[in-house]
Amino acid sequence: MAQFFYHTLTGQIILMLLETLAVLVPLLIAVAYLTLMERKVMAAMQRRRGPNVNGPFGMFQAFADAIKMITKETVIPAGANRALFLFAPFLTFSLAMLAWAVIPTGNGLAVADINVGILYLLAISSLGVYGILIAGWASNSRYAFLGGLRSAAQMVSYEVSIGLVIVSVLLAVGSLNLNDIVLAQRHIWFCVPMFPMFIVFFISALAETNRAPFDLPEGESELVAGFFVEYSSLAFGLFFLGEYANMILMSGMISILFLGGWLPPLGLAPFTWVPGPLWLIFKILFCLFVFIWIRATFPRFRYDQLMRLGWKVFLPLSLVWMIATAGFLMATGLLPQVGGVN
Amino acid sequence: MGALTRTFRSFLLTELVGGMASTFKMMFQPKVTLNYPYEKGPLSPRFRGEHALRRYPNGEERCIACKLCEATCPAEAITIEAEERDDGSRRTTRYDIDMTKCIYCGLCEEACPVDAIVEGPNYEFATETREELLYDKDKLLENGDRWEALLARRLEYDAPYR
Repeated sequence: MAQFFYHTLTGQIILMLLETLAVLVPLLIAVAYLTLMERKVMAAMQRRRGPNVNGPFGMFQAFADAIKMITKETVIPAGANRALFLFAPFLTFSLAMLAWAVIPTGNGLAVADINVGILYLLAISSLGVYGILIAGWASNSRYAFLGGLRSAAQMVSYEVSIGLVIVSVLLAVGSLNLNDIVLAQRHIWFCVPMFPMFIVFFISALAETNRAPFDLPEGESELVAGFFVEYSSLAFGLFFLGEYANMILMSGMISILFLGGWLPPLGLAPFTWVPGPLWLIFKILFCLFVFIWIRATFPRFRYDQLMRLGWKVFLPLSLVWMIATAGFLMATGLLPQVGGVN
Repeated sequence: MGALTRTFRSFLLTELVGGMASTFKMMFQPKVTLNYPYEKGPLSPRFRGEHALRRYPNGEERCIACKLCEATCPAEAITIEAEERDDGSRRTTRYDIDMTKCIYCGLCEEACPVDAIVEGPNYEFATETREELLYDKDKLLENGDRWEALLARRLEYDAPYR
């Protein structure tokens, strides 16, 4: 059996498909329940009840919503560029799924354990802006276009500080491999020595996923729904799935870069009994909870405030921190050697 | 507040953390919303809901077809036709309320000299078609029979203020 899977082409293809499914199916279920979690947590924070009629604690609400969405009509606006209009949600969705290939859920447990994992993640999340831009442009609607423009400007601004934060983490690790990044946190999670960068990364992640308080591209009150105003039915559903999958992905990135990935908080007995993937899931859940918590707490930023925060606060802060990290590592001789885990 | 304190505050995110602490505390407070279809809020005896035509305890309908409600109705939702009955009393042959026109102002109830037309406590009478909302005399009398116990109590509670 093992012979078939590891040494023949068909076997390897089947193995690859199974691995992909093993990541994507739980991911999609997680997205479904993330929407429920969002509604429940928001409701609790606003002292409401949230969905509670569909199944115990509203457990089937997500599926009811999905069925409703699928049975709606797909409307394509008359002036829209049909091909691009339909392509945009697929792009957003597939990019959000693609990125999960490199996320390690345990020691070496990733679909593709590649050496430039973090670079791949950065590239995929940067590509995400195209889905939004294309959707905004192809809809041929003013609201959608404005939403798309805002989104592009916002993502580009925050990508810069995200990049610099990642660089300062990489300086301390000496590898682009996500597995090595997690292993480098065996002694101490990076969120402790790099706490300010952790905060900067977290806030940038909010901006990157267009979450409140940076949900300007959607901006319900001024842009109706932003870049996906014209979308309905399954096309809207794909945007929705992609967005929530991106949220989970960003939480995964935060967990891996700063919260020690699958590592337990302490290397002691009661913590080590819990398997690694579960720790990663706990950490992702925690980050998602904070995402929702922030949404329930803060009002939306104004556009110029958003740009000011990105370019005049986060960029200098992360730049200075990166140089300081490099200087500290050089001075203390802790700078990791090329190719080795410190 | 000095520039230094201000800088520290904005970099330490004190206000943001304070705000988040406040929302977190709210999570554990009792819910303020009702579990609606299973749990309902209290209603005032003056609540103006679905209309009903009442009867006297002996089963005779109260309405004497004076048409005051029809005259006072600002939305002109009420239509009444009347004839003398064989026993010489004046009764309606037709009493229609267009519930889609009605603005639930309660003027018909105010105008009625015999407490025949009243607005009851029922507010759950949504229908799937418009036609079902064009109430006729049978429907209104049926409502009256159905809600009579509550309607009488409500009138009794509200009597001192009329």
